[in-house]
Amino acid sequence: MRVAIVTFPGSNCDYDLYKCVQLVGGAPEFRWHRDVELGEVDVVMLPGGFSYGDYLRAGAIATMSPIMEAVKDFAGSGGPVVGICNGFQMLCESGLLPGALLRNRSLLFASRDVLLRVENTSSTFTQEYQAGQILRMPIAHAEGNYHADEETLDRLEGEGRVLFRYTDAEGEAADSANPNGSARSIAGILNESGNVMGMMPHPERAVEPILGSVDGLGLFQTLLSHFSPLGAV
Amino acid sequence: MSRFRLEIRVTPRPGLLDPEGKAIQNALHSLDYEHVHDVRVGKLLYLDVEAASNEEARKGADAMCRRLLANPVTEDFEIEVQEATEETVPA
Repeated sequence: MRVAIVTFPGSNCDYDLYKCVQLVGGAPEFRWHRDVELGEVDVVMLPGGFSYGDYLRAGAIATMSPIMEAVKDFAGSGGPVVGICNGFQMLCESGLLPGALLRNRSLLFASRDVLLRVENTSSTFTQEYQAGQILRMPIAHAEGNYHADEETLDRLEGEGRVLFRYTDAEGEAADSANPNGSARSIAGILNESGNVMGMMPHPERAVEPILGSVDGLGLFQTLLSHFSPLGAV
Repeated sequence: MSRFRLEIRVTPRPGLLDPEGKAIQNALHSLDYEHVHDVRVGKLLYLDVEAASNEEARKGADAMCRRLLANPVTEDFEIEVQEATEETVPA
């Protein structure tokens, strides 16, 4: 699995992703936002951080970067694209995923562990998880409040495109367990064709016991299961 | 070609929760401005542009708003076009 990790000015989770892809046995490669080609890769990952200082709207200016044309082409041809945190914001801003991420309802930057319930275990990204499994991983964002109109939310739910929801320890999507005010407690979603996913929590920061959780590993292991580990053609 | 000054107001859609506006409203209430029922916070952008006409300047700004300056999912925008004067053109 050859993974292109795109670094933007202000990205800060690109090395976490790099290490994480290595950890599961994949072959990560960095791409710079001014690159115009992705090269021969199996997966594209857009990392967390504060691209362009979150100016205008989080993720908005990054979508104008030259590399994003290549990312759109890659997604359009069915290539798997993962956006985490700021990467999720970019995917929404670029129109590759529906909806938008608003300011947290608390107005605070939320940096702590949350619990997620796995809502879809048949996607390209989540097959290694069990239905209803509760995962622990960190969030670190100020604009993670997922918003879309009711019709879009109904479609996402009806088509199984909600991947993860914020829940309490009992697996209930209670309002008190929703860290940012996201509509219907949505933490991660899938596009219509099922090859582009975005999520606010950080699976790449939950991949080793020393980090307090290994629950993020499943996502990377699922991706790896679709490709030969080091991408030999 | 003439120079125009564009004033673009980007505001959160009506009905959309605006936590920043809410926080400011609460702060105003704590100063005893109890009669404030709603606060919405948006962005104000000034652009100096060259265009053949007022209409063309507006058309360009409309496209900019749709492509970048406003998020169509969450924000509305309004555009005002003024012919630039000595005062509005920065030295």
